[in-house]
Amino acid sequence: MSLLSVEGIYGGYGDVDILNGVNIHVDPGEIVVIIGPNGAGKSTAMKAVFGLVKVREGRIVYQDKPITNLRPDQVVKSGICYVPQENNVFPTLTVQENLEMGAFIRNDDYSADLKKVYELFPVLHEKRRQQAGALSGGQRQMVAMGRALMLDPKLILLDEPTAGLAPAIVDLMFENIKKINGLGVSILMVEQNAKQALAMSHRGYVLTTGRNRFEDTGKNLLANREVAEMFLGG
Amino acid sequence: MIDFLQLTIYGIVLGSIISLGAVGLSLIYGILRFPHFAHGDLFTLGAYMAFVVVVFFNVPVLVALPFGVALTALVAVAIDQTVYRRLRKVKPVILLIASVGIALILRSVIQLVWGSGNRVYEAGIQMPHLWMGLRIQNDHLIIVGGTILLVIALHLFLQKTKVGKAMRAMSDNSDLAQVTGIDVNRIIIWTWIIGGGLAAVAGIFLAMDTRLHPVMGWRLLLPVFAAAILGGIGRPYGAIAGGIIIGLVQEYSTPFLSPAYKPAIAFALMILVLIVRPTGIFVGRKV
Amino acid sequence: MLGLIDYAIFSLCIVGIYGLLSLALNIQWGMTGLFNIGIGAFFAIGGYTSGILTSPETTAHVGGFGMPIPVGLLAAMVLSAAIGLLVGLVTLNLRADYLAIATIGIAEIIRLILQNEGWLTGGVRGMANIPRPFEQITGGQFEWAFLVMLIVIIGVVFLALEAARTSAWGRVLRAVRENEPTALASGKDATRFRLEAFVVGCAIMGLAGALYAHLFSFISPEAFEPMLATFLVWVMLIAGGSGNNKGALLGALVIWAIWSGTQILTGYLPAELATRAGALRIILIGVLLIVLLVTRPEGMLSEESDRRRDRRREEREDLKD
Ligand SMILES: Nc1ncnc2c1ncn2[C@@H]1O[C@H](COP(=O)(O)OP(=O)(O)OP(=O)(O)O)[C@@H](O)[C@H]1O
Ligand SMILES: [Mg+2]
Repeated sequence: MSLLSVEGIYGGYGDVDILNGVNIHVDPGEIVVIIGPNGAGKSTAMKAVFGLVKVREGRIVYQDKPITNLRPDQVVKSGICYVPQENNVFPTLTVQENLEMGAFIRNDDYSADLKKVYELFPVLHEKRRQQAGALSGGQRQMVAMGRALMLDPKLILLDEPTAGLAPAIVDLMFENIKKINGLGVSILMVEQNAKQALAMSHRGYVLTTGRNRFEDTGKNLLANREVAEMFLGG
Repeated sequence: MIDFLQLTIYGIVLGSIISLGAVGLSLIYGILRFPHFAHGDLFTLGAYMAFVVVVFFNVPVLVALPFGVALTALVAVAIDQTVYRRLRKVKPVILLIASVGIALILRSVIQLVWGSGNRVYEAGIQMPHLWMGLRIQNDHLIIVGGTILLVIALHLFLQKTKVGKAMRAMSDNSDLAQVTGIDVNRIIIWTWIIGGGLAAVAGIFLAMDTRLHPVMGWRLLLPVFAAAILGGIGRPYGAIAGGIIIGLVQEYSTPFLSPAYKPAIAFALMILVLIVRPTGIFVGRKV
Repeated sequence: MLGLIDYAIFSLCIVGIYGLLSLALNIQWGMTGLFNIGIGAFFAIGGYTSGILTSPETTAHVGGFGMPIPVGLLAAMVLSAAIGLLVGLVTLNLRADYLAIATIGIAEIIRLILQNEGWLTGGVRGMANIPRPFEQITGGQFEWAFLVMLIVIIGVVFLALEAARTSAWGRVLRAVRENEPTALASGKDATRFRLEAFVVGCAIMGLAGALYAHLFSFISPEAFEPMLATFLVWVMLIAGGSGNNKGALLGALVIWAIWSGTQILTGYLPAELATRAGALRIILIGVLLIVLLVTRPEGMLSEESDRRRDRRREEREDLKD
């Protein structure tokens, strides 16, 4: 049984469809990566899952329940969290306040989850009273992921978690993603660092012009000649 | 020197009133992304709502104040949910036009019900206290003290409560707030409760200091905007400081310029800030 | 019977003046997306400027200089445009809302000057004896001639705006309004285009104010409430269809008819309520505006309908070639 399955969705921002029949599924415990050229519709596909882009045709099912075209806050309540590609922290709120906002819909005690996030990212505990806007790019990305973890979700959508980070920090972020996955959280992410991302993922999708181009295990995609020529620098 | 100190007192009193309006305006601007042109008329509404309670129950204005505030906040939320909410999906500037319409409707309703004459909460003149040659009225102490209390309360609300933090979060990035699961409409309702309530207090204070009149709030709208811009849009603390500065400068100008032109001074200051430092005069990140 | 015709002609003159204002706002808001809430101020600048220049010498205010009316009209346009230019230079390269806020400032300051500077404007007593055009040649029946003149002026402004709308300039304005990156990327200086549109609009508002002064021969802060006029013009443009010049004129006619109609209705109110009837009329118009914004924001004649027609015409012309 899939945790999330996106079945042949069409949709976009205006009259033109950006997504032309995208199929994605994520099984429990998996890390799944989407790669593809700029403008392929990777972010748009993520937004469609999250109710930020209207799905005109096709459907999205999460834990056997249809979530097609739900409002973002309803999607959050069903147990999926989303870390957008950019502007993904509240810059004038402190690190701790950012994390608290992640738990906004919870009315119970979330201190255990807060502790878990600080254990995962000790540097955030150190800087918990600083404004998130003043942090480095990597730390901001940790705040954004930490905020998503506050709801103890089963699935996190990450849009380019390593974009714009220095190579050493990129490695660290991938380590963090593996750690989060180790906690039993499934991950669907979009990545530009295709080689590394595929190497650590269970499965991957290659999207071009809003369509599935390839779909296979991370290993097989890495070995695929065509994929290598397109994205992995030959 | 005494004159200067006396003007300082008047300036702080006026500045307190302007600050209360500017804080709400700035919050609304930051969260809903449009300049709320009916804010001055919320002042007026608050003042008249309190007036109704004063006349009807024959109580002092300070007793009527909470009722005036509650009624005004209610009206503000009702306007938002019936009018502004429907227009949120379109461009923010449409909200601006709608708020101009609301401003005229509010003012005209007040005119229709109470006429366009002047009114006061209490007849008679308050005798000022004399203190080291300075004239200070009881009402002035109430206005400044009340403003300080409200600013502290607002600070605690924004920093300590979940809703207050969510308001700041929405002001930072409302798209992110939405995908984080924050109930955007609930936060917007709270924004109107606070913005409308503070506007009502400002209107009541203004009427205590001067008189009730259907355009009293509209006439203050320009200084209030000037204060919000001076402080940097969406920064409540900046708006408070901006309000005090505008109040002081307006009063200090009176020996040199006809008092009728006080709003022009606010305007000149605002234009100056827009030319030199459009993000507001206070350095540092917005809060 | 004659009285009724006279009344109708005079009314049409007023509609015409509002039509000019509505066209002027259409350049600023409809075509370029610039928010101006100081229409009444530019209107007053125009009216008083022409009044001071053309009225016979008096002790009631500065001047009058007894100049010919065309000089007054021209000066009214120039001064309104100059003040529009100043406001625009400061605010137009900032975020869009700041212009709106700055225009309240202009409106307030002009109102204060009108009330307080009696030497300049006659204060609350207003400015009288502003000459009416064609008075000698028509022997007192100047309204006919005035209406003809007004129709010619509106015709010229309308045709000029229509030409502008379909020209490259109009296309850039629209792109600037929609914040289209293509227009900005192609090296067009958006601020300059905004400034041009704003200043042209202000000049026309000044002209409308001057015409109003010459129609009534009198102008005062009481007789003419800037905020009310501003508001009416906004409702006219939105009701007619912002972005559409024909809509701007149609809106002026329809809204003015409604506005005057409510005056007739409130005339039947008992005397003690009559003084407050003005407020009731404003509430009605305000509610109309809100209802329009919520239910039919594109107005009676939408911008889109005009552009579809333009495209069809272009296609026909292409076929002919
Ligand atoms: N908010 C929007 N409104 C209209 N069109 C958009 C919007 N966002 C993206 N697009 C368009 O949709 C298409 C797909 O964009 P999308 O962001 O999904 O690409 P992507 O695969 O994530 O690319 P990148 O690698 O650059 O992030 C692009 O042509 C883009 O111009
Ligand atoms: Mg993307």
